[in-house]
Order: sequence, then structure tokens, then C-alpha cells
Amino acid sequence: MYRYDEFDARFVSERVEQFRYQVERRLSGELTEDEFKPLRLMNGLYLQLHAYMLRVAVPYGTLSAAQLRKLAHIARKYDKGYGHFTTRQNIQFNWPRLVDVPDILAELATVEMHALQTSGNCIRNVTADHFAGAAEDEIEDPRVLAEIVRQWSSLHPEFSYLPRKFKIAVSGTEQDRAALKFHDVAVQIVKNEAGDVGYRVSAGGGMGRSPYIGHVVGEFVARADILAFLEAVMRVYNQSGRRDNIYKARIKILVNALGADEMRKQIAREFEEIRGTGTLQVPRNELERIAAYFAPPAFEELDDTSAEYEAARASDPGFRAWSDINLARHRAPGYAIATISLKPIGGIPGDCSHVQLDGLAEIMEEIGLDEIRVSHEQNLVLPHVRKADLPALFAGLKTLGLATPNAGLITDIIACPGLDYCDLANARSIPIAQRISERFGAQERQREIGELKIKISGCINACGHHHAGHIGILGVDKKGTEYYQLMLGGSGAEDASIGDILGPAFGEHEIVDAVEDVVGLYLERREPGERFLDTYRRLGSDPFKERVYAAH
Amino acid sequence: MPLIKDGDFADDTFESVADNAPMPANGSIVSLARFLKDKEALLARNAPLGVRLQSSESPATLVDDVHRLSMVALEFPKFRDGRGFSWARMLRARLGFEGEIRAVGEFLYDQIAFMHRVGINAFEVRESFTLDEYRRALDEMSYAYQPSTDRRVTIRELRAEERQTHTA
Repeated sequence: MYRYDEFDARFVSERVEQFRYQVERRLSGELTEDEFKPLRLMNGLYLQLHAYMLRVAVPYGTLSAAQLRKLAHIARKYDKGYGHFTTRQNIQFNWPRLVDVPDILAELATVEMHALQTSGNCIRNVTADHFAGAAEDEIEDPRVLAEIVRQWSSLHPEFSYLPRKFKIAVSGTEQDRAALKFHDVAVQIVKNEAGDVGYRVSAGGGMGRSPYIGHVVGEFVARADILAFLEAVMRVYNQSGRRDNIYKARIKILVNALGADEMRKQIAREFEEIRGTGTLQVPRNELERIAAYFAPPAFEELDDTSAEYEAARASDPGFRAWSDINLARHRAPGYAIATISLKPIGGIPGDCSHVQLDGLAEIMEEIGLDEIRVSHEQNLVLPHVRKADLPALFAGLKTLGLATPNAGLITDIIACPGLDYCDLANARSIPIAQRISERFGAQERQREIGELKIKISGCINACGHHHAGHIGILGVDKKGTEYYQLMLGGSGAEDASIGDILGPAFGEHEIVDAVEDVVGLYLERREPGERFLDTYRRLGSDPFKERVYAAH
Repeated sequence: MPLIKDGDFADDTFESVADNAPMPANGSIVSLARFLKDKEALLARNAPLGVRLQSSESPATLVDDVHRLSMVALEFPKFRDGRGFSWARMLRARLGFEGEIRAVGEFLYDQIAFMHRVGINAFEVRESFTLDEYRRALDEMSYAYQPSTDRRVTIRELRAEERQTHTA
């Protein structure tokens, strides 16, 4: 994985001191809360319902064992013993004290981590496919570009006071695990007919109050030009994005108002000018320098089957279930990609205790794994596990309570922190996720239902990606009472779609039954091989509406 | 208000003139609207002229005349409005403007380094603001990743230099 050189290291440690001075001025009263707010947000510090919340960046979701240990230490020393992994591959701590935050950041800097731009109206932490470097159909590891973008966007002098937040995601495969089409800007690594590698850039996707799927604005941007192209997109947005209404300030609204053609024209104009100066070209040696850090580990030449693995599958039904569900195909024979579910049945999606963080670091060191990933689905991923090591991994995970076999199943729920923590929320998300998880928690039942992605947000800001859920749930407030809207047919994958609102919202004691009705109809009407999403797309919403509202 | 220009306190030689007020004999700043209306007369005067742009006004409209201006003032109506950062770069890079670009309005100490990087070289500051604060603002971060108007050596260039030293 990427390692800081002296320049990166000094940059991050000076940024810590810069923030320390901002905190001092806030504590002394020199800065008002209103003035301090954009400064603290640009360093990931929120003021939530009960306390400050610090969101630490996990660039493109990649962590080392040493970094996990540091996160465990921070959870223990400065927080209540746990952290929460988010849908943007970051980790947040819910209970830090303001006076401690500069010290927390200084501790993070010792393991090459920071909280730069995890909030605020700036270019946010860059996300990437969590199977990067391991996926079979990958053209190139997307983290190389993500790191280049991370550096370019860090304290960008022109784009730190944008109309609104700006999220960039990168993927190197056709299969989309990074929800590309719902990002402000998405970069897909592609090959053209001549076999050259370049970038397909789209802009204007997003969730929130008005969800949109992004438009392609650059069909094939050459490698060396990508930062010039991104700078052009940003400049058009910074100049023309709306600033009069927070709900209309994202780039998706601008793209939609101008139309994709006009947007492409304006970008092209800026792009020509920026490229003309030549200063933003990505030189080949810099690309190679960064790419070298992301070179895959030297895979051993192995048979694709492993005796230890097969023996454990034969003797241990628990291991067999876990390996059926939580493993994905790796590009190297004899290896697997293992998903570590942070969705224990009835638990809080994305939460991880300091014991678990430390325990994972220990497992990684024992098995010899250099890196772990955070997925936008709020799980962790070990990208390169030898199949022969899987039984030992499973045993370790079981001890830590991290061996839930439900990756991609109905209890693998995305949920935002909701009204239990968040200042913006209208309704709780976590208890709804917990009850759905309990209702469908039986292993046979989950497997019978198959792939089904439930995503829950506690307000229209859509941090829980409800628009992109096969089943999406949106918490709303009606005169002080929490209600939940049901949405069906969304997808955050390469077949991206925005879910349809089924009808009137449900009370908190009705919503789980409504989900069960939806699932029940699917099981009755599905054709062989159909996932929930396929059946919904074939049938449309009417039969689901009839079923759900007839019963309630 | 005190003015810091090119790294030191400086006398403000421009007088801000309202749209319907008579023009003074000395240097003056007018709104974009007045400039566009009375352009020829204003430029024919034998005194330095500045134009004040609101954050919603792109300097693109000045393209033919910018070289005849002595200064452009960019208004920051609230510190969250970051359009001025793009206007400054456009003035320097696209329009080739070499005169004074002045930040006026509501901006924060913490934005001065960014403003400096995009080509703003003059700042209207509050009474109590000191040169030490100004210098501190510019010195907080030793390195920058992105090329910008200030032509500061970027981290990437420093890396390239280092590679050369190692191979030499």
C-alpha cells in the first residue's frame, strides 16, 4: 500500500498543527462557532446530537494492521471503545472531546492517517472498489489514480469552498462495487479499441433529496490528462453551482439544469485551457512511483483447490456456510477474497470494537496479510487470502464475533447512524436495521432469499444509500413521530437505478412486516435464478403495492 | 480598512466610488455595472482604475479591458462563498492580468494562504490584524500538492528533484 515520503509526512503533520491552532482559537473564543464550523468540518469534526464526532479518512478504503491497532487505541483512549465504518469507507468516532482532537490527529499521523476533507464543502476522501488488486476483471488497480487524486485534492486552494461537498469514486472494473453512478464524479478505468488505458469520467450522480444517475462527460480521458480534466469539472462547478439553496447546490443539480451537452461543452473549454498550461500533467515517473506501492503481493503458484480448505468445508458446516457466502473469486489460483461482515444478527451495521480492531490486526500479522479494506457496504475485506489459510482465518474471526455468514444477503444491511447519533436525522435507522436483521436472521431463510440489499437512511441526505437499495428505507418525521418510507428496485451497481417509492410510509412497528410482505411476494413469484431485483424489475411495483397495502 | 499588499501594510490609493457619485481625481474603484456602462470615459481618465466584482460576477466580461485596469477587487460576501478563488485564477491564467487583485469582504485568516496561492496579492483586513498573523497564515503549510497561480514548487516537482539528486 501507499507509504508517505518526507513531503507527505510533513504535509500531514503541519496540517495537524494548523488544526491545533484553529482549535485553540475556538477554545479561547477568538473564533465563533459559525467561523470554526467550516474549519473543523474540513478536518472531519462534526458537532452531533450528543457530542463531537471525528471522521477519520481511510483513503480508498485501504488499511494496514498497524493502522488498525492505532484505530483500536484511539477508540480505547479517546472514545467509548468502538468506531463506526461508513458508506464512504471511512471510520468515525462518536465521542471525542474537542480538546483531544489535535492529539488524536497527531497520533493518526504517526501511522500515515489523517482526517483531511472527510467533511465540509470540499473534495472529500476518494473512494475505490474494495476488491481492488484482487478482482478478476480489473484493468488496473484504481487506487493508483485514487492516490493521485487524493494528493491533488488535499488543501486545493481553488476548491476548498465549493457550493457543497464533492465525492469522487474510482473503479477499474466493469462490475461496479463502488456505486460509481451515484457520485459527483466517477472515474472508470477503461481500455479503448487501440488497447490504451484511459479514464471514462461521469459527473452529476448523487443521492440526497433529489437522486440522479451521473452522465458521462469524458468518454476517454488520457492518463496524463486526468487531473486537468478533473480540475476543469471542478472549475465549472465552483463557478456555476448554486449557492442560494443547500438542497440545490450539488453538481447533480447543475448538470441537470445545464443539460449534459452544455456541461460537456463548458468542461471541454476549461479543460483545453488547463491542459494548455501543461502544469497539471501527470508525469509517467510519478504514476509509476505511486503504482509501485500498489503492486499486488507476490502470489504463490498454487492449485486452485486446497486440501486444508476442502477438509474444513467437509467437517465444519459453519465454515462451509461462511465460505459459501463471504468469499469471492480471486484473480490468482488458490487465493480468495474474504468479506468480514460487520453486520452481526441484531447488531449495529458498521460498528467495530477496539478488541475486534486489535484482533483483526493480530490475525493479519499471523497469516501474513498486509492490508485490509473497508467496503462502502460497511464491511471489511481481506483481499488476498490463501485458501489454505481460510480455516485459521475463520476460527480467528469466530473468536472475535466477526464470522457472520451474510455478505450480500438480506441481513447485510447498510444503515446510517440516524437519530441515535446524527444531528440531521429525522428518524432512527439502527433499531430498524436491527429488527430486520433479527426477523430474517435464520441462516436457511437468508440463503433461500439470496442476494438482497437493504439500505436505510434516517433522513433525506441518504447517507444510508436508500435510493440505491434493492429495498430502500427512508426515515421521515411526521409531527414528532418516526415513519418509514419503503422504496423498491434501486441499485448501486453497474445496473444502477433509483428505487421507486411504494406508497404511504409505515410506522416503526409496521415497517419490518412490510419488508416481510415484499420478500414474501418475491419468493412466491420469482423465476429460477432470479434475484429480488430481477423479479421486481420484471413484475413492476403494482403487485408489491397490492400485497403490502392490502395487509396493512 | 488596513490593506496588506505584497506582504506588507500599504496605503490604499483607491477610493471606492458609488455608482451615482462623481468620480474623484485620484485612483478609484467602481462596480462592474458602472464600468461596463461608462467604460470609455472611465478608462480615458488619467488616474488608476479598479473594478470591484461581486462573487456572482465573472471576470470573463473584462477580457478586452483588463490590461487597462490597475486593480480588480474580488468580493467575498461570506467566507463560505468560494467563487472568488476561481475568479482570481481566471484573471491571472486566462486573462493574463498582472495588476493588483484584492480580497475584500468577509474572509477568514484560514483562507489567506489559499487566496495567496490563487493569485490574490492584496487583502483588506480588520483593524487588529498584524503582519505576524499574515506571515503565519502563509507559513503554516510548507508544501503544496497542486500547481497554482503562485508558481510555488509542488511536492511532485520536489520529488522529481530528489530523484535527480539520487541518480546524479
